Amino acid sequence: MSGTLIIIFTGMLAAASCSLLGSFLILRRMSMLGDAISHAVLPGIALAFLFSNSRHPLPMLIGAGALGLITAFITETLHRAGRVQQDASIGVTFTWLFAIGVILISAYAGHVDLDQECVLYGEIAYVPWDTWIIGRTSLGPRALWLLGGVFLLDLLFVVFCYKELKLTTFDPQLAHSVGISTRLFHYLLMGAVSLTTVAAFESVGAILVVAMLVAPAATAYLLTDRLSTMLILAMVIGALCSVFGYFMAHALDASIAGAMATVAGIFFAAAFLFAPRHGLVTRRFLGRFTIPAERA
Amino acid sequence: MTKSILSVRDLSVAYHRRPVLWNINCDFRQGRLIGIVGPNGAGKSTFIKAIMGLVPMASGVIRVFDEPIHKARHLIGYVPQRGSVDWDFPTNALDVVLMGRYGKIPLFRRPSRQHRAFALECLAKLGMAEFSHRQISQLSGGQQQRVFLARALAQEADIYLMDEPFAGVDAATEQAIIILMRELKSRGKTIVVVHHDLQTVPEYFDDVMLINQRLVAFGTTREVFTEQKIHETYGGRLSMLTAVGEQMVKRGEEGARL
Repeated sequence: MSGTLIIIFTGMLAAASCSLLGSFLILRRMSMLGDAISHAVLPGIALAFLFSNSRHPLPMLIGAGALGLITAFITETLHRAGRVQQDASIGVTFTWLFAIGVILISAYAGHVDLDQECVLYGEIAYVPWDTWIIGRTSLGPRALWLLGGVFLLDLLFVVFCYKELKLTTFDPQLAHSVGISTRLFHYLLMGAVSLTTVAAFESVGAILVVAMLVAPAATAYLLTDRLSTMLILAMVIGALCSVFGYFMAHALDASIAGAMATVAGIFFAAAFLFAPRHGLVTRRFLGRFTIPAERA
Repeated sequence: MTKSILSVRDLSVAYHRRPVLWNINCDFRQGRLIGIVGPNGAGKSTFIKAIMGLVPMASGVIRVFDEPIHKARHLIGYVPQRGSVDWDFPTNALDVVLMGRYGKIPLFRRPSRQHRAFALECLAKLGMAEFSHRQISQLSGGQQQRVFLARALAQEADIYLMDEPFAGVDAATEQAIIILMRELKSRGKTIVVVHHDLQTVPEYFDDVMLINQRLVAFGTTREVFTEQKIHETYGGRLSMLTAVGEQMVKRGEEGARL
């Protein structure tokens, strides 16, 4: 596989995983929790690195996953037990954890190849050269395996727990009354978001993970009235962002991750204006010819 | 006398240490239509939420068919207030009704064709079959309420707890709901309804539960729904005025929504 293809494919996998989970975050009005988790996993990564003394993905995934769940837990607890608003508790939790991560990295890991730059912005262009070597055989780019695995995990999670995720998102009270634990699925989703975020870190970076968690899902939300369609659309849009983003970056000789997020923004703007049913322009244009839905 | 199928003992609920419900004791009998009536903030919704385990109890024991509530929750169908969910959620009417079946489908499994057919049947019972594929935000308030009731029907429960099903619905929907409730009753189900409109109470309900933080009275409508007891529930000499005033406010809200 050529370098170009590997980079695009890695971006596609990262974007599709993020968009899939991001769709549920949006519907639960928790997009900012995705943002929070993507930052708060930093101390987990730093600690995993310090303990294992390597950039092997397994300890990092475990460290990040643990911190992601801790973030979700602290946020929930501050909100539930104390009298702190949901958004304030998210804000306090993730900035604090992120800061600890920055201190850990700058104080203890500053001299090695784990730097803030890389964590914040990622470097997808190096993906093809960072190969996974077992014994003497090279199995190909490490990030590709990692993101492929995470994407598969997310996909299986959503496919098998579809009805539970749907019900706990739409009507938690009914979910509770028919015996589906809203809390269990909240934490499972948060765990999946943490894993996905950290896997996507290396390639697109922490800040752009946020774009991929929110933008393609928000775009898909405007384009359809069905949850299953929304999930598929979000993944396709995420993947397209990666393809177009790559060529845009190539043409402008700019950051690949930056270009991908820019494309995601452009897609969203287009959907916002021209979506078949909910678009601003479409509505104004069609409004003249159709009778608005009756309301009682 | 038919036996008690839902018993509440010493139920108290507090929000931030302020008591909302105080020491409620009552027994609901099978095959009855029961109205819960009381002023705003009396804890009517909290009462049925506490039964469902949706708000923590400060004290109390709830038993359903002589079983602790957590073992028998599937026997209760809960209809939350219409405003409690996001009607912009990307789904259609049939899908929402199908959610009523989720408790009967094991983990990792999808709803079968039979579940789907049953959900459609439930929608049809509320005269909503033609709207089955309509996105839920495109439905009127009354139609949304019917979808919620169809969903409760799909749960095939023995006891139904409904939180203000008549709030802000059109006359046709109100009629459809009351017909449905009577049909459920004739099949031996128990229906407990949080209700606001004092005028329709004698017409709709067999039993009335008057609450204002504590239980004021509970019994057959004929015995309990008296001017004196309503007085007591709505408090002081302003009682009827408050009640009427509340109704006017409620009407006003409905009017605004129309």
